[in-house]
Amino acid sequence: MTVVKAVTCPVCGCLCDDIELTVRNGRIIKVKNGCAMCEAKFLSHASDHRPTKSMIRREGKLVEVSLEEAVRKAAEILVDASYPVLYGWSSTSCEATKVGIELCEEIGGVIDNTAVVCHGPSILAVQQVGIPSCTLGQVRHRADLIIYWGCDPWSAHPRHIERYTAFSEGRFEKSAWRTYINKVKALVGSKKIESAIRRLAIKSWEPAVARVEKSPSQYLSREGRKLIVVDVRRTKTAEMADYFIQVEPGKDYELFKAMRALIRDQEIEVDRVAGVPVEYLEDVVDVMVSCDFGAIFFGLGLTMGSAKLKNIEEAIRLTRDLNMRTKFIIMPMRGHFNVAGANIVSTWETGYPFAVDFSLGYPRYNPGETSVVDILLRKESDAALVIASDPVSNFPHKASEHLVQKPLIVIDAHMNVTASMADVFIPAAMVGIEAEGTAYRMDHVPIPLKKVVDPPEGVFSDEEILRLILSEVRKIKKERMEAG
Amino acid sequence: MDKKPKLKVTLVTGRTIEQGAGKEYGKFSRKYGESVSTCYMDPEDMKKLAIRDRTNILVSTKYGSVVVKAAKSSRAPHPGIIYIPYGPWVNVLVDPETNSIGMPTLKGIPAEVEPAPDKPILSLEELLKQQFRKD
Amino acid sequence: MELLIKNGYVFDPLNGINGEKMDIAVKSGKIVEKVSKKAKVIDASGMTVMPGGVDIHSHIAGGKVNSGRMLRPEDHFRDVEKKTAVTRSGVGYSIPSTFTTGYRYARMGWTTVMDPAMPPLEAKHTHEELSDIPIIDKASYPLLGDWWFVLEYLRDGRIEECARHVAWMLKATKGYAIKIVNPGGLEAWGFGRNVHSINDPIPNFCITPREIIRGLCKVNKLLHLPHTIHLHTNNLGMPGNYLTTLETMRCVEDMYDGGKPVMHITHCQFSAFKGEDWRTFDTGAEEIAEYMNAHSHVTLDMGQVIFTDTTTMTADGPFQYTLYTLTGNKWVNHDVETETSSGIVPFQYRPKSAVHATQWSIGLELALLIKDPWKIFLTTDHPNAGPFIGYPQVIAWLMSCKAREETLKKLHPKARKKSLLPTINREFSLYDIAVVTRAGQALALGLTFKGHLGVGADADIAIYNINPEKLDPSRDYEAVIKAFGCAAYTIKGGDIVVENGEVLKHVPGATLWVNVETCKPCEMEVDEGLKRRFREYWTVEYENYPVDEHYLAISRKINVKADV
Repeated sequence: MTVVKAVTCPVCGCLCDDIELTVRNGRIIKVKNGCAMCEAKFLSHASDHRPTKSMIRREGKLVEVSLEEAVRKAAEILVDASYPVLYGWSSTSCEATKVGIELCEEIGGVIDNTAVVCHGPSILAVQQVGIPSCTLGQVRHRADLIIYWGCDPWSAHPRHIERYTAFSEGRFEKSAWRTYINKVKALVGSKKIESAIRRLAIKSWEPAVARVEKSPSQYLSREGRKLIVVDVRRTKTAEMADYFIQVEPGKDYELFKAMRALIRDQEIEVDRVAGVPVEYLEDVVDVMVSCDFGAIFFGLGLTMGSAKLKNIEEAIRLTRDLNMRTKFIIMPMRGHFNVAGANIVSTWETGYPFAVDFSLGYPRYNPGETSVVDILLRKESDAALVIASDPVSNFPHKASEHLVQKPLIVIDAHMNVTASMADVFIPAAMVGIEAEGTAYRMDHVPIPLKKVVDPPEGVFSDEEILRLILSEVRKIKKERMEAG
Repeated sequence: MDKKPKLKVTLVTGRTIEQGAGKEYGKFSRKYGESVSTCYMDPEDMKKLAIRDRTNILVSTKYGSVVVKAAKSSRAPHPGIIYIPYGPWVNVLVDPETNSIGMPTLKGIPAEVEPAPDKPILSLEELLKQQFRKD
Repeated sequence: MELLIKNGYVFDPLNGINGEKMDIAVKSGKIVEKVSKKAKVIDASGMTVMPGGVDIHSHIAGGKVNSGRMLRPEDHFRDVEKKTAVTRSGVGYSIPSTFTTGYRYARMGWTTVMDPAMPPLEAKHTHEELSDIPIIDKASYPLLGDWWFVLEYLRDGRIEECARHVAWMLKATKGYAIKIVNPGGLEAWGFGRNVHSINDPIPNFCITPREIIRGLCKVNKLLHLPHTIHLHTNNLGMPGNYLTTLETMRCVEDMYDGGKPVMHITHCQFSAFKGEDWRTFDTGAEEIAEYMNAHSHVTLDMGQVIFTDTTTMTADGPFQYTLYTLTGNKWVNHDVETETSSGIVPFQYRPKSAVHATQWSIGLELALLIKDPWKIFLTTDHPNAGPFIGYPQVIAWLMSCKAREETLKKLHPKARKKSLLPTINREFSLYDIAVVTRAGQALALGLTFKGHLGVGADADIAIYNINPEKLDPSRDYEAVIKAFGCAAYTIKGGDIVVENGEVLKHVPGATLWVNVETCKPCEMEVDEGLKRRFREYWTVEYENYPVDEHYLAISRKINVKADV
């Protein structure tokens, strides 16, 4: 039995790298320090349902074949296609993405990553107005005001609050839970302190839970770190906040505009904005202006509504305005563990973060035209390779329809929904568990992914599989050229 | 007055920790299937439809309709807003239009809810078969 | 492989060779005495042969550069590189993609480039990009001037511990030199503030920029690093800052022992501003040059402005914020915990702006008024004052009064009146150019195997279509621009990688880094208390912080032995 320390968790954009794993006989049997999603992922490598054989669809059914045959078939599909789409990338390593870009350039296709349906609008907004941001440690050390807007870290990024924001311990700002932690430590003394705190915390903090019908002044006047949540629903994160602003669905834009007006001391001539009384909003803005270091974290609540990038642009402008008065940063809560890395690698090799089209021999970028959902809706692609992603679970039905109708290659560690519709399926090692690599945290800090256990016999990493396909593609092209 | 009650609502999609953990157990696991074929509703809205917790409902939008299970939201009150986690079921309902920026609209879609106690929730396999028919 | 470059006019200032017609022999990637008859021959008659270009300061890789790329799709749209049988595709202009960066430097005959600003926490990112950049050799300087460990050790007077930590950091980040940017200002920027002189106390740390500069200068000596401290001054980009620059240079005068310089002030143009405000903005080049002509403990690089649309990016967060408030352009800020900050703002230098035009003049004034070319090197602080593809243009300005006059004509009249250039008739020779674009830079960097063509040096060679006996660069500066923009041959490590401006080969380049052997191990490696402090300071684990050598496509370690 061995214990492996400082393992990076390959689940969400937090990339917690303090996970401790206990390994016995090549299986992970215990996960320490991780959240529920982390634990489930590390334990799933030994799942009985793991596919270990490559498959090809014959007469409507997926049948097992050798890896060589699957690679050959995949390469043929890609060479024969005139406008193939290579999609996924957010849950694999940067090293694999680099091979993917080379492959895409070789076949003149489009490479797009899952950011396009998550924080794609955030990137488009940044390209319009920029973004004042920082690494997460900066928030931990300095922020005395934390705002989660349209995101629910409790559910989607479970350790974000304790590692980086309100409950973390910094040089200049102490954890909002310090006294509480000490008390619990004395009581519990167990290894599971952190999760115990999280469970207990909610209940005992209940009196501070505010809704917008109550004036914020009584909740936001205390010393120390403050947490504000803005959302359409009273999420679990909202319940932990010092103050919760329930915004009407799709009205975030109005709220940002109103806040920007208030910062500039402009009058607002209505009583309520987005369902929030203006006088309460004034109090909140006062807190924002008078903090030493404020941080806004935003999620898909802003990117997926109808205003999309306009929401984000306005959020960033608000942050910029606040920098005239104090220090303020803003950061998207990136979902998949390496979606930031997929954008970053794509940018340094092609100039563009997603939706890159190589059909003219050089990188071209025009989201809305070269982005995968649009290509599928226009029924333009004639083949696809999906890696480390499950678009059929996530795309609007109309887009998935075209995806599964054309030849489809899937590389994944698990038999997911998209894989079940594939024409070629190649099982992959789990990056960060059975294969090493590099990933980028939501704040663009690169963190190494470890190989902790061996993959199942005959199963290779994404990077290795892509290299096999790339060299097969080159071989086929050469063969065909020689044949004339 | 045989007509079943219908309710106009706004559909929001998103992550839940159950869906997040469920997907790590496998997309064809029951855990995942159940977590993403659930529709969280405000109790008041459920009263208006005269349905109880765990009743099947039919959710329809301009883009499609699907049967899911209604569940009482622990995040209430949020009258007029229903919440279905990301997954193959809600994909039938969302707006594919990207308005030329690559991103479909996955939150804030006008929808209609009606009780469907007699209609079954399709399994993932059945749903895929019905939606895509890949041979 | 053997190579013989025959009959070229060779300019090799480090070996005192000034345009002599001679042959250069190459074997196994090195310059050798002679080669066998089997050697491939390049006929360089009528051409100029120089060592491969060396760039001491060019932002080509890492988080900040890449955020600039991501920020500006419009920068790439008009400048693309198609895939060929041997090269990868990419985009260009002010922030080229990795492959394009390597190709474009190689096409100009440059073979070694130093990226000057690596946030240690994000060092892996810098190295991933550096390894991706083909052909050229490169290195990066970790930003250490505002690192909490440095501030604390220097405040407590624990210079030896500080030195050992810097040695640890150079190893951990696979870095090459100590970079200091607006010392103290970046820590202050963590709360949205700045420092305004080298004597301002830094909030929360009871130490001044002067103490940081002097402390790290001392550390640099204790560690025997090949390069000096590499400094971006306080108050950069502010009118009147030439006084800060003079004070900064003076503050380490006593550390000079007559040997190697002790400080490099980078992109000095941005630190040579006179005037009370933007209206009274003027050149401070004369005062700086006067000081430089009287002292030998400092080297500079130009940071020459090129009139174009570019992207400014520095670790100087507060400066970039000022630039944002001045221009209203889109603005990226990225502060890095316990270490540094950074900012990005797109910027267009226009000849009809009095300030921009004066900035253009300042860069050239510095280079022309400082008499010794070994003291000031050619850079554009790529991409801050302009992209590196503008170097041929800068060479032309240095070599030709006529070229300068042509540009002066287009300037804002106020800037034209203030410019000292009409009073200067110095014109650089090809030998001077070889100094400021390769030999001097290699010497300042302590790169003994680069920047010259002596036996044993790396076979990095540039051959240009310039016949020094026929071409008068002063008159025919357009031909100079053309020749330097498109090398007849570029040879990298003995490989012919470019011919007539066309890339023949996509080969990887090496990453250079300094491995300092200290007498005692760094406290960080042995002291559990310090490891705990590590966890408090950063949000990543100690084990996951260092850059493993496998991140370097080709790792070229330079060993030095420290005094501590």
